[in-house]
Amino acid sequence: MSENFRSTETKFLDKTNRISFKYNGKKYYGYKGDTLASALLSNGVHLIGRSFKYHRPRGIMTCGSEEPNAIVQIGGNGSFTEPNVRATEQEIYEGLEASSQNCWPSVEFDVGGINNFISPVIPAGFYYKTFMWPKKLWYSLYEPAIRLSAGLGKSPTQPDPELYDHKHLHCDVLVVGGGISGIIAASISADNGNNTVLIDDKNSLGGSTVYQNDENFKINDEISSSWLDKKIEELKNKHNLTIKNRTSVAAYHGYNYLLARENFADHKPLDERLNKLRQRLWKIRAKKVILATGAIERPLIFNNNDRPGVMLASSVKKYIDFFGVRCGDKNIIFTNNDTAYETAISLNKKGIEVTVIDIRKNSSSALVKTTQDAGIKIYWNHTIVNTSGYRRIKSIEIMEMSEDGTNVVGKKTSLICDNLSISGGWTPMVHLFTQSGGKLRFRDADQVFLPNTAMSDQISIGSCNGDFELDDIIKNTISECKNFLSASVIDYDLLKVSCPKQNESKIIWLLPNDKPLGKTKPFLDFQNDSTAKDIKLAMREGFKSIEHVKRYTTTGMGTDQGKLANMHALGIISETAGVKMGSLGTTTFRPPYTPLTFGTIVGRNVGTFFDITRKTPMHDWHKDHKAEFENVGQWKRAWYYPKKIESMHQAVQRESKAARESAGILDASTLGKIDIKGTDASEFLNRVYTNAWSKLGIGKCRYGLMLNEDGMVYDDGVTTRLSENHYLMTTTTGGAANVLSKLEDYLQTEWPELDVWLTSVTDHYATASVCGPNSKNILKKLFPNIEFNDENFPHMSFKNAELDGINCRIMRISFTGEHSYEINIESKYGKSLWEKCMDAGKKFNITPYGTETMHLLRAEKGFIIVGQDTDGTMTPSDLQMDWIVSKKKYDFIGKRSLYRSDTMREDRKQLVGLLTDNPSEILEEGAQIVQDEKKQPIEMLGHVTSSYFSPNLNKSIALAVVKNGKNLKGQKLLVPMKDKTINVTVSDFIFFDSKNERLNA
Amino acid sequence: MFIINCPFCGERDQSEFSAGGEAHIVRPKQPTELTDDEWADFLFMRKNIKGIQFERWNHSHGCRKWFNVIRDTSNDKIHAVYKMGEKPPSN
Ligand SMILES: [Zn+2]
Repeated sequence: MSENFRSTETKFLDKTNRISFKYNGKKYYGYKGDTLASALLSNGVHLIGRSFKYHRPRGIMTCGSEEPNAIVQIGGNGSFTEPNVRATEQEIYEGLEASSQNCWPSVEFDVGGINNFISPVIPAGFYYKTFMWPKKLWYSLYEPAIRLSAGLGKSPTQPDPELYDHKHLHCDVLVVGGGISGIIAASISADNGNNTVLIDDKNSLGGSTVYQNDENFKINDEISSSWLDKKIEELKNKHNLTIKNRTSVAAYHGYNYLLARENFADHKPLDERLNKLRQRLWKIRAKKVILATGAIERPLIFNNNDRPGVMLASSVKKYIDFFGVRCGDKNIIFTNNDTAYETAISLNKKGIEVTVIDIRKNSSSALVKTTQDAGIKIYWNHTIVNTSGYRRIKSIEIMEMSEDGTNVVGKKTSLICDNLSISGGWTPMVHLFTQSGGKLRFRDADQVFLPNTAMSDQISIGSCNGDFELDDIIKNTISECKNFLSASVIDYDLLKVSCPKQNESKIIWLLPNDKPLGKTKPFLDFQNDSTAKDIKLAMREGFKSIEHVKRYTTTGMGTDQGKLANMHALGIISETAGVKMGSLGTTTFRPPYTPLTFGTIVGRNVGTFFDITRKTPMHDWHKDHKAEFENVGQWKRAWYYPKKIESMHQAVQRESKAARESAGILDASTLGKIDIKGTDASEFLNRVYTNAWSKLGIGKCRYGLMLNEDGMVYDDGVTTRLSENHYLMTTTTGGAANVLSKLEDYLQTEWPELDVWLTSVTDHYATASVCGPNSKNILKKLFPNIEFNDENFPHMSFKNAELDGINCRIMRISFTGEHSYEINIESKYGKSLWEKCMDAGKKFNITPYGTETMHLLRAEKGFIIVGQDTDGTMTPSDLQMDWIVSKKKYDFIGKRSLYRSDTMREDRKQLVGLLTDNPSEILEEGAQIVQDEKKQPIEMLGHVTSSYFSPNLNKSIALAVVKNGKNLKGQKLLVPMKDKTINVTVSDFIFFDSKNERLNA
Repeated sequence: MFIINCPFCGERDQSEFSAGGEAHIVRPKQPTELTDDEWADFLFMRKNIKGIQFERWNHSHGCRKWFNVIRDTSNDKIHAVYKMGEKPPSN
């Protein structure tokens, strides 16, 4: 039976709304408004998980997003499960299930705990040093073992069933942080006519002031919390102010562009979440930004400072004042500054036993006086040298500090406790400021980095700007906002604020101990288990840069990104190296501020929305006829059309034979089409293609090869001269958009004098390509008014035509080597054109074929596919296509590069044909080609680019690029595969009809 | 993500644009007369400055026009935009 640690009523919890939840399979109760952490603490549960490396028991340490220890798995094994959730942020709901992470078999008894006892052999860089060699053991032994014991939670195994989206937001002023300074800023902004958005990551506004009930803090003679309550109520009535709770700014980019995640559902029971939006990523563009992101408390670094029950003092105060939960019955507060005394006063008021240990010699603060007046014992000038208690802190040992604070003196005193609240001062949250490009300055007095120069229109106010006293915060917030917003309407001018002035804190990054460092465990990064010792070891081993020390020791590299650890790491490095802390800089603060789920990052761009799918006008026909599809860029192209039980191979063999024996039809609508007009169109083509275009007659077609300026083949296709100043260019399917961009670039930037106009018309036309010996007969039936003899309609020419009154363009061009026509028609008639072709071809057994057969047929002819047989390193000469490079033209894109010493090298990789010695053996595309298998290291001569079994030749054929291939015809080479080596012979790459007789058949 | 003031359309998010590398590299009018080194210089050599850089940008998801931008690469501050063929504004 668990004891009830809920001490007091608070207005922040709804006591009428009792909620049950499960933690590690056990049922507990909390109230609406509780976080998982506060609910567990109210049930006396401190032990939450095991640390990453040594598997030491760890408990709840904080009450916010900086929590390093209390990270849990939410949900069971289903698709809703989520790892690495901070218990300090997770609100409880009816039916919530949570469990510990990083422990096996249970958090109470953990096998990995053995690491704690062998920790002397797990120093910094242990993983790097130990598991590097022998390499093969990494995969079989080290990695699986490390993953098993060091895993931080389980990933869901099923797709995420929840909904996420993205939305844009524009505003005049964005205020980040809903503490007292953010509330005042938002109020001033809205009152002065600015469209204002206030974002806060908690479920209600007010920061730490809403539960500040101490009489030492007053605004206009009112307790600060009640004053703020009224201000929050006022905010809700401002029409031009939007408040977003449960929203966390993840990133602050340049030009005031911020990403924020709004959480709609994580605090709701699962049955209320189905089919509702879980999280939204706001893409915010703000004219002005006010950062009021606050500060987080620093821990103190001393021996065994990581036991469950060791918590930040300010968090202990929040648990008692906000949640009504006491974190222990015998509390000790360990501090180097005045703010921790607020916790002492709060606990004392609730009748909870508390003792203070202060490393300073004295303090004259009103808070200290109130503490002393309450009869609370204070040990001045003392430090903790050890703690004990395995699953929960039980006692501490303290010693007096030497005069200079570098050592301890005298006798040890042992104190019993069940909670230790530590406070090492405050670190302003400058994460967002630096993400936006802002530069920091260092304030020596309290050793803090503060915003200095900002890169965009923004200010930082409140404690993130280094103001820690209430009167300073309010005074500076008002004056800064007045200036920044040129505000004239100010409600706050006559505020009277009283608060205790703070004395100087005493900063010692690593507290002294009676034992040598090597015998102690002063933890810095609680999540990643790095200690002060590790930092010093890294420095002894020669690491100097903070970025290197961070990575070597993994300090600050957990899911909390070292929010608590980084300042101490810097402090210890500068102390050890003997340099001034401000001069070291900081590690880079990278987005996101707190982790984002993948769902939020991708939003609606999942499943079918992941990418655009482009379909041709004939797509439904292909689908109805059981085509298999392949993705070509964003296009779905018919790949092959299997009949009944046909395999892919069988279908392709049948289609290929049919296309050569009688007639085949291919949907070629996806080819890129660019309409080119203008008086300089011919000159333009001359400059972008390698061959000459001026003499191409009207109504004629020509194949063109396009290079990059570096001389490498970029794209190819047939261009038709439709009239004097009008061409239709086709490009490869995948290259269409890039070719258009490239042509536009040259036109706009290099040749603006040319009168040329480009229009992408890829989607305007559907294209059916009919090939084979009977193609002419089919076309005759479709277009009875056209003379299809070679004289009137020769190869590489074009005719305008009409199909049942609809205009068409017919090009007699061929990519298969067969007599062939491409019919272009307005897209909306594409399917009808296709059906008419099928109808007219019925008696010739017209066979629809897909991209695979198209690839096979062109390979038989040795036609290249740019992007398959080329890879951006092939010149026309490498492809043995010198015939298409004009010698006469003065210039074209890439011409000069063809005469560079490297492009003229004889031994470049060149396109060849390969025949396997065993004609039924088919090579694998991508397979490497070698000459001598024995030679070490083995020389890679090239690779197979295209490979098929040709039904028309009844043997296997392949295209390949091979070093010096032009001169290797007849040479025997080897293609070594995993289980065998295949013997091949270099051949000509035109395997079929090398005299092109079939084109005119 | 910065905002670019397209000389034809006005201010738009960076995501509408694509970068086109260093500006004011003119394609040689008589490439055949260049040595390999001179041609390679045009082809490959680009500045990568931390600081003020002259760049080409294309409003690829907008008007599709190319234009020039003077940008400080260390903080993405854009000092000027001007059309192709225009001289960079002084100061
Ligand atoms: Zn534009």
